[in-house]
Amino acid sequence: MIQSIIDDSYTAGFSEIEHMDEMLDRSGKINPHWHAFIQTLSTLGLEEMAVCHKAVVRLLRENGVTYVVHGEKQRHRPWELDPIPLIISPSDWEAISAGLTQRAELLNLILADLYGEKRLIKDGLIPPEVVYAHADFLRPCHALVPPGGVHLPMYAGDLARDVNGQIWVLSDRTRAPSGAGYALENRTVLARTLPHLFGELGVRRLSVFFRAMQNSLAQIAPRNKGNPHVVVLTPGPYNETYFEHAYIASYLGYTLVQGDDLTVVDGHVYLKSLDGLQPVDVILRRVDDAFCDPLELRQDSLLGVAGLLEAIRQGTVVVVNPPGSSVLENPGLIPFLPDIAKRFIGEDLRLPSVETWWCGHPAQRDYVLANLNKLVVKPIHRQPGEKPLFGTELSASELNTLRNRISAAPHLYVGQQHVHFSTTPALIEGKLEPRRAILRSFLFSEKDGYAVMPGGLTRCEGKRSVGLTHSHFLDPIVSIQDGGISKDTWLLAPEPESHISLWQHPTERPNISEDSHGLSSRSAENLFWVGRYAERAEGHARLLRITLDKIKMDLEPSPLGQPIPSAVFTETVGEESRNVSELAYLRSMLRSLTGLTSSYPGFVSKSGKALENELISIMLDTKNSGSLVSTLQSLVSAAYAVRDRWSTDTWRVMNSIENLCSTLEGYNSKNGAAPRNQEIPPTVSNEADERMLQHIQMDLDRLMIFLSALGGLNAESMTQTIGWVSLDMGRRIERALLLIVLCRSSLVAVQEEWIEQLLLESILASAESLITYRRRYRAALHLPTALEMLLLDESNPRSLVYQLKRLQAQIRDLPRDKVGYRLSEEEQLILEALTQLQLSNTFQLAQRAEQTTQRQGLEKLLVRLAQILIEISDVLTQTYFSHVQGLQQLVSAAISQ
Amino acid sequence: MSKVSSNWFPQPLVNSNWQLPITMNYKIIHSTQYSYSNIVNLCYNEARLTPRSFAQQVCTGSEFTVEPEPTGYRERTDFFGNTVCYFTIQRPHQQLTVTVTSDVEVKAREIQGDAAANIAWEAVQQRLHTDPRAEILEIRQYMLASPMIPSMPELRTYAERSFTRDRPMLAAVADLTDRLYTDFAYDPDFTTIATPLADVLKHRRGVCQDFAHLGIGCLRAMGLAARYISGYIETLPPSDGKKLVGADASHAWFSVYLPDIGWTDFDPTNNHKPTDRHITVAWGRDYADVTPLKGVVFGSGTHELTVSVDCSAV
Repeated sequence: MIQSIIDDSYTAGFSEIEHMDEMLDRSGKINPHWHAFIQTLSTLGLEEMAVCHKAVVRLLRENGVTYVVHGEKQRHRPWELDPIPLIISPSDWEAISAGLTQRAELLNLILADLYGEKRLIKDGLIPPEVVYAHADFLRPCHALVPPGGVHLPMYAGDLARDVNGQIWVLSDRTRAPSGAGYALENRTVLARTLPHLFGELGVRRLSVFFRAMQNSLAQIAPRNKGNPHVVVLTPGPYNETYFEHAYIASYLGYTLVQGDDLTVVDGHVYLKSLDGLQPVDVILRRVDDAFCDPLELRQDSLLGVAGLLEAIRQGTVVVVNPPGSSVLENPGLIPFLPDIAKRFIGEDLRLPSVETWWCGHPAQRDYVLANLNKLVVKPIHRQPGEKPLFGTELSASELNTLRNRISAAPHLYVGQQHVHFSTTPALIEGKLEPRRAILRSFLFSEKDGYAVMPGGLTRCEGKRSVGLTHSHFLDPIVSIQDGGISKDTWLLAPEPESHISLWQHPTERPNISEDSHGLSSRSAENLFWVGRYAERAEGHARLLRITLDKIKMDLEPSPLGQPIPSAVFTETVGEESRNVSELAYLRSMLRSLTGLTSSYPGFVSKSGKALENELISIMLDTKNSGSLVSTLQSLVSAAYAVRDRWSTDTWRVMNSIENLCSTLEGYNSKNGAAPRNQEIPPTVSNEADERMLQHIQMDLDRLMIFLSALGGLNAESMTQTIGWVSLDMGRRIERALLLIVLCRSSLVAVQEEWIEQLLLESILASAESLITYRRRYRAALHLPTALEMLLLDESNPRSLVYQLKRLQAQIRDLPRDKVGYRLSEEEQLILEALTQLQLSNTFQLAQRAEQTTQRQGLEKLLVRLAQILIEISDVLTQTYFSHVQGLQQLVSAAISQ
Repeated sequence: MSKVSSNWFPQPLVNSNWQLPITMNYKIIHSTQYSYSNIVNLCYNEARLTPRSFAQQVCTGSEFTVEPEPTGYRERTDFFGNTVCYFTIQRPHQQLTVTVTSDVEVKAREIQGDAAANIAWEAVQQRLHTDPRAEILEIRQYMLASPMIPSMPELRTYAERSFTRDRPMLAAVADLTDRLYTDFAYDPDFTTIATPLADVLKHRRGVCQDFAHLGIGCLRAMGLAARYISGYIETLPPSDGKKLVGADASHAWFSVYLPDIGWTDFDPTNNHKPTDRHITVAWGRDYADVTPLKGVVFGSGTHELTVSVDCSAV
């Protein structure tokens, strides 16, 4: 049976070059630690596994596991996960965890020395240039207080095995190692897809590591050790690993923040939250070292916190890893580690580093230059435009350029041995194939040393290739961008009983209430806009749907065979064969759409094909800021910015909306024939247009379902804390404004009674009030009663007064310093709006003044209410949300005059 | 400060009673004022305005005043040993004034013995690269490129003319200083702090910090160690009478390292070797390490800067 899943094609080519496989030994037999897995896999069958793979892909997609690919219009790309794990034998694991623990301890001592006494430099163990020329040796970080006495709390090492079986450390990650969150998500997804596999095999759990991390962070907090306020500092949604920042934050119950969510006051770091300033104890940093503090480090940084270094110096906050730690991400240190290990801990390195030559040393430089075509050349620090270069892949002239670059500043480069990695099986198109792989392991300091994650993030090459070595997938993100695939990493527990309690990740989440530490003003603002955009999208979609329905229903193909859309959009045909009133009604509807989407001139002064183009534009055109697609994009991007606040279900809905949005965008690019405001002969591709409209109609139906689901989840599944209040305020304001726009654009102008009836029906329908209206009044549509229903009926959750009442209640709940009995500005505004509305009389509103075609009373009321609502939105933004102020640098002007 | 003629050289380095170095006493009042067009609610600042104390100089007193009253004023010593004052202002303000009044005692630099002064520059370079002593290893950071002084082949090309074979180190640096003074025009309108060194080199004009950066860049290109000094210089009163109070400004020059001797200063803006008229405030790799006053301000609008320095002998 096993033969059926590992056939000859797997080992084809193994004999041609030196080869090492993780699953098979040299004689082609399965290694003992793979036995159980392969046995289970054989029972399951590869076909079944392929089905699981599809489920994995779907789950990752639905869970929104992404990374951002730069240069590709900042796209969030789904994460790739191979369902076949890398399995590590107990003896290998012992070597790896002991070796990496030793390495982390050593690097911790080195870091302490480099920012302190500098004995290593003074005593000649590290050449000064290796440190002083490194871009991340940050002099302002000299003698900073280390977090809880540990200079390097978090460490990750990249490992690989060569064809002779030796395990090497390829590189050290000390800045803000990424990947731990992806490893956890890989595990979670795989465990959901193949639960029995984990149970039977006794795979060790990752959560142990995260719990250790959580405990350590609490231990090193300068105060509140019982329940410290920990924040995850992210550069923001455009960062390539933003998903992970949000994922870790929500998994560990920390607050996800960006630099300007934090402020330093009196030497303490605070989170700017809706409830005011909340002290922060620990910052888990994902912002690059040099960007942490625009006062003392990079002045052009907008990602950091001014005064942060001084707060660290005063010991009021702890940053993990401390700024400056990136100096250890330095291949220039590698050749000197064995001597340092002897000096500092009196031991040899347990895990060797890949052989490295530092070019600042003349003899080593000469060796590198002489062997350039065989080595990997790397700069000692990450610099824009500097990437590892692989001698074997360079042309003669490229080698020459590289040689000159090294000669000009040899101390900035190292040469490294080209390691040929071992392969491990991956499921490729339903078959097992050997792929070269590397492993990133994660360590976090704890009381007596370091906790090692029992597993890690494995990446393997996306294509089967003989020559590919560590070069191409040193960085997990780079590897995934280059078509690499991630894998789960398994250690099988020696004690079989431990598997009983496995796989309860969701319930293992620490029970820290979501808002125990307040909500940042930025998150509140984004939630507010999620509310507004979701409501706006719903309003647009609903009206679009009604308009499209009307186009279909009322203007069925005539017996004469005139195709539908042109009948609507071209006056000449329409006016002869159709009821003029219907067209006037449609025009009015389209005008409402223009008003709703604020895309003037829009339909207001258009005719013929231009109208059709306009309709397509307000649905699909990303350049039209009022279009449905633009609104959906804004919704998704506001939701991404508060990625950590959404439940998995909510995120799935959001993903569906994002996918639908891409589908709609796709029509526009395919259609291509809908540039705005351009007259096109009406006969062009009418059938295609019709098909497209049909598709769009179906998509709008789906969209309505997703948006309703989102609304439902927001209403029913979010704790009704301040975050929910922000979101719901957004919804109320938007719903009220949409209703006002609808009424203004269709009911203010006096029209033929027949048209008004149709319009009223549509508006009631789009406000989901038509059925109630019919049930309640039964009679024909009548403007005053309809206005009563739309504007003043407190029992109608779609009415204007209902929105305002809700808004008033929420404004009352906002945190604020009460000063006497005076109402706050927003309280005054909402009171004014409600009073104006409730004092109005629908019969008077429905009247028109003599010799006018306008219901001026209605117009006046609606205009004023809209003004007030916009003012409320502005006041809320100023008072509660926008703590983010412009930042300027002061620098003494040129000295000497 | 304005440029003085090239034949201006300091007074003899020792007086007739040469065993006692001359000590000069200075009072420096350095005032910096930012005026904002809009109200600023919050600002964070860092100042390196307190003169250092070291072999050649003692700062006997320094008073740091900030208007409006700052919050959380703290002093520390930075990586290079300079005094840094940190303060924030956490209330609305439209003007910020920082005034530092310092009393400094400057001892005239001692004349170096013949043997030391005659070390060839190649020997210095050799020592710097091979001497394993801790002091030299630490000094090697001043041989590397720094944020405002990138390494450029043009710098070496320019420097080489002064570093002829076996030329004594100090003579070579004096020659480089002289050439910088002669070849480059003093032009405060041409450069700002942000002007790249390559532009200064190309257009042959700049101000004292540019000339200091150039000198340092040339020395580093020759494999030597050099650092940037920020400070003040006592300007001589104009020939017609009293010196103008507040007309002076911060000044900058460079220093070069010789094993066994230590650091020796050169002032390319005035083409001389500083003795007892230069008051050192701070040193580092370049201007970025010793910016006299920098800050991050939260608020919109623009700001205007006024600086005055009064440096007088007492």
